[in-house]
Amino acid sequence: MFKLAVFLKPYKKECIIGPAFKLLEAILELLLPTIIALIINNGVANHDTNYVLKMGGLMLLMAILGFCSSMICQYYAARASQGFGTTLRNTLFKHISSFSHSEIDTFGTSSLINRITNDVNQLQLAVAMLIRLVIRAPFICIGAIIMAMILDFKLSLIFLAVTPIFAIILYFVISKSSPLYRKYQKKLDKMGLILRENLSGVRVIRAFARTKNEKQRFYAANDDLTESAINVGKISALLNPMTSFVMNVAIIAILWVAGFHVNTGRLSHGEIIAFVNYITQILLALMVVSNLVIIFTRASASADRINELLAITTSIKDNTEFLTNIVNNNTPSIQFTDVSFAYNNTGDMALENISITIHPGETIGLIGSTGSGKSTFTNLIPRFYDATKGNIFVDGINVKDYKLNELRNKIGIVPQNAVLFTGTIAENIRWGKQNATDEEIIIAAKIAQADEFISKLPDGYNTQVSRGGLNFSGGQKQRLTIARAVVSKPDILILDDSASALDFATDAALRKAINDISKNMTVIIVSQRVNTIKEVDKIIVLDNKHIVGTGTHKELMDNCKVYKEICLSQFSNEEASI
Amino acid sequence: MNKNILKRTLKYIENYKVYVFGSFIAAFLSVVSSLIGPMLIGKSIDHMIGVDAVNFTLLFKTLIILALIYGLGNLFTWLLTYLTNWISYKTVNDMRHQLFDKISILPLKFYDSHPHGDTISRFINDIDTVSDGMLHGLSTLLTAMVTIIGAIGFMLYISPIMTIIVIFSAPASFLIARFIANRSQQMFRNQAKSLGKLNDYVEEIISGQKIVTAFNYEDRSFEKFKKINNTLYNSGVKSQFYGSLSGPTTRLVNNITYAIIGIIGSTLAILGKITVGEISSFLIYSNLFAKPFNEITGIFTQIQAAAASAQRIFHILDLPPERPDAIDAININHSLGKIDFNNVSFSYNPDNPLITNFNLNVKPGTRIAIVGKTGAGKTTLVNLLMRFYDVNKGSISIDGIDINTITRDSLRSNFGMVLQDTWLFSGTIQDNISYGKPDATDEEIIAAAKAADAHSFIQCLPHGYNTFISDDGGNLSQGQKQLLTIARVMLVDPPMLILDEATSNIDTRTEINIQRAFLKMVEGRTSFVIAHRLSTIREADLILVLDNGNIVESGTHSQLLESGGYYERLYNSQFAHS
Repeated sequence: MFKLAVFLKPYKKECIIGPAFKLLEAILELLLPTIIALIINNGVANHDTNYVLKMGGLMLLMAILGFCSSMICQYYAARASQGFGTTLRNTLFKHISSFSHSEIDTFGTSSLINRITNDVNQLQLAVAMLIRLVIRAPFICIGAIIMAMILDFKLSLIFLAVTPIFAIILYFVISKSSPLYRKYQKKLDKMGLILRENLSGVRVIRAFARTKNEKQRFYAANDDLTESAINVGKISALLNPMTSFVMNVAIIAILWVAGFHVNTGRLSHGEIIAFVNYITQILLALMVVSNLVIIFTRASASADRINELLAITTSIKDNTEFLTNIVNNNTPSIQFTDVSFAYNNTGDMALENISITIHPGETIGLIGSTGSGKSTFTNLIPRFYDATKGNIFVDGINVKDYKLNELRNKIGIVPQNAVLFTGTIAENIRWGKQNATDEEIIIAAKIAQADEFISKLPDGYNTQVSRGGLNFSGGQKQRLTIARAVVSKPDILILDDSASALDFATDAALRKAINDISKNMTVIIVSQRVNTIKEVDKIIVLDNKHIVGTGTHKELMDNCKVYKEICLSQFSNEEASI
Repeated sequence: MNKNILKRTLKYIENYKVYVFGSFIAAFLSVVSSLIGPMLIGKSIDHMIGVDAVNFTLLFKTLIILALIYGLGNLFTWLLTYLTNWISYKTVNDMRHQLFDKISILPLKFYDSHPHGDTISRFINDIDTVSDGMLHGLSTLLTAMVTIIGAIGFMLYISPIMTIIVIFSAPASFLIARFIANRSQQMFRNQAKSLGKLNDYVEEIISGQKIVTAFNYEDRSFEKFKKINNTLYNSGVKSQFYGSLSGPTTRLVNNITYAIIGIIGSTLAILGKITVGEISSFLIYSNLFAKPFNEITGIFTQIQAAAASAQRIFHILDLPPERPDAIDAININHSLGKIDFNNVSFSYNPDNPLITNFNLNVKPGTRIAIVGKTGAGKTTLVNLLMRFYDVNKGSISIDGIDINTITRDSLRSNFGMVLQDTWLFSGTIQDNISYGKPDATDEEIIAAAKAADAHSFIQCLPHGYNTFISDDGGNLSQGQKQLLTIARVMLVDPPMLILDEATSNIDTRTEINIQRAFLKMVEGRTSFVIAHRLSTIREADLILVLDNGNIVESGTHSQLLESGGYYERLYNSQFAHS
């Protein structure tokens, strides 16, 4: 938990000034009774009305001063705690941005979101409490103990004897409740997951008339969460009464022993009253401390979850230096040398012994059945994953030697899943090139065959895209993602089965447009439609993790059995041989 | 507004009347014992009259009583905390329960237009805030009420005049607190809103992480996140600061009251109206009286935040639900498959009419294929048929029965639907396949998987049918996911089928096998196939060509090819040479 203290560093000033003013307020408040005592001793005893008024005025002044310092404390507490949370969220977000897909899969989206919001909120609360209370409570505690010791050292030993018991109680409650808090946050993740699934899968759920079952599933998660909350509440509810009981026992013991001291004349009445008063003050301060402990236990569960996230570094290490690479015409654009890849350690390869050379300006078709490794092949080029074995070169340089930014800037990718983001159409296309001019955007949209429908929209390129592109049809989304990829005129363009939702007329027009711009562009088209790739320079046929054929349509029809099967599944014999 | 929120929240607590009553009793007893405690301490001090004059028998007796009182007091404090914990967790459990019930009867429009991340934030962060507010609010309010009444009693006993001053100061601090509360309410609303926005953005970016990295968008998304985070910071500092002001202000009022009582009391003492001892007792009780007000205002921040969050929760609860099934709605068990669209008009928003006066009569067992450009209204027909959306005008009937008079569940269970967007939930493959028929036997599941051509790849997975699917099937390829959703429908074996671009993500060799299964399945059943891959629809009994929500051509494959219209052009574009 204390690892996270670094995030408080920028708020050092707030962390010092806040508690300092809180302390000032506490001192002023502690002084008020003393002044009343002075008024009674000097004013009332001497019938001095003037003195009463003068000291009364002083008290009013102190009240206002206390108010001001308390305001200052609250202000700095708010700034420090919110600032702390904001910095932490920024760091977490940035950190998560560096994760590769495999890390995101391990945590799950809903857990990541919870950690970045809910867990940070818990810590924020803890920091605010820290600043407001952490100085004041121990100050009163220690002050009162010292005062008690001065009054009667022997009697104060009773109090000291009680301290370890207090520590044991604290230890007991913390050790019991902190795993429970962790469990609670975990169950919160679980509930978030079910929620997410229900929000995104509503059509399927309703189509199968499974609303009732989903309700049961959610209720179960909800009840489970509540049970955890109540369990942890049961234990933390013990802290206050137990602390207070220990202190009460101490008071009784002190009164009993004090009886003997008074009997022998070692202690006066007034001193006993003072002693009991101090103990009461200590008790009140300890109550505050125990409440703090509960807040901190919960916060430390959250801190663990955050640290867990921060401790994970991405498996894809970035190279920090830019490379100056000399490309001549003979340098292959993309080269795989004996590449194998597995998504996890279980040994199930997704690609095996792939070697291929692709030259600049070539258009490559990649075909193969579902699960044959097509997407995996394309994922390795921009280094979304690192090859398990073998090497991949882009423009003659190993992808691992590139700065990630530089590598990915060379590549325009259109993913299988058409994902768009909140913002306007133009903003979405600008993902591909931050400083793209309006003309460039329109050109890109024209290539992607998207200009036609965009210009028909009332707001044209400024039309808002809602989350995930829900307000566009599948085909429209795909065309926008294509525009996004071509706007930067990348050296390498990867189309991962990204025209599947386009009707044939649009698909044909798209291919023609891409053909027109790709004289110097290496294009990789992944597709299941022979038609889409029939005309390309080279077709790679993947089957069961291996390359089973490369060549033109004609060559493959003659010598690749798998390719021929694919063709025949799509065309009649005569059509296929065209 | 504020009052309504409070009233509504209290309604939830009503269900736990017995527990509220119990915690009230516990609060009463714990406060009473805390008021008696000081009295007994005073008594026991009175038993120590002086040197050699300590009455140990009486002292012992008093201390035993004191111990009992303390013990009981702490027991009841624990009970109070436990019960309030219980009540508030149960209450938010009910709220979540209700929220979920609500979203499951909300029309699809809600899912399509509300950001999912924000909805999740309402379920998690807002509910959390409400439970915190209630937890502290309940126990504080209960003890405060008892303490205030008790303290007033003791004060009246000492000096009615000074009591009046104290009692007047209480509403003053209350008014100030309320003023601040009203001001800060808006700020808390802003804070909750910013948090929802942040949640939403995080959700969007994390789930689109692959695209983010592909386009080197990390820095830009971080900039945007920082901006949202900064808004959250600003609204957070403001709400925390203004919210926490009520504490210092009420303390100010208290301290001023304290000073005034000191002055008046001293003056009264100088005039001989009261004794010095009475002033000090009075001050103690006036402190006791002020303490609960301090505590109440102290938790105002939390209550304010809770009220703002509660409002966001109530907002969803108040959304108009989907029109419920009519009371006399009928169940259709196994439809014949006769479907009629009569003059159907529909649009997602009134400014943009999509389907107007659509007519179609489908005889049982007809295989209908729908083709058309993206955005022509193909998917909308499915939305209407499944009653995801209701028609604006006209009617749709099944077996001659208007679908509006059929229960939604039974209507939908007559259709088997496969969509292009696959949806899987976290669970095993087996669970996912048996989603529509939870009591299916292993044999049935395997048979369905075989029919969907999914059996072979499932067997290759490390745990076969028990392989756990994480986060929306992240570990499966798009095509594999689609095969699972097809198997899901195969298992249910419904009388009518809807395939909305069901095979566009699957390679054609696999598709041929699925087609075969489909053909077997659609035999004698009414089916709708939406596709752009024309090879999948050649066999249909009736092909509809849709444009702008209207049928522009219809007929069989050969009829349409002969007529030489849009379909013919579309079909021939398959062989267009780029």
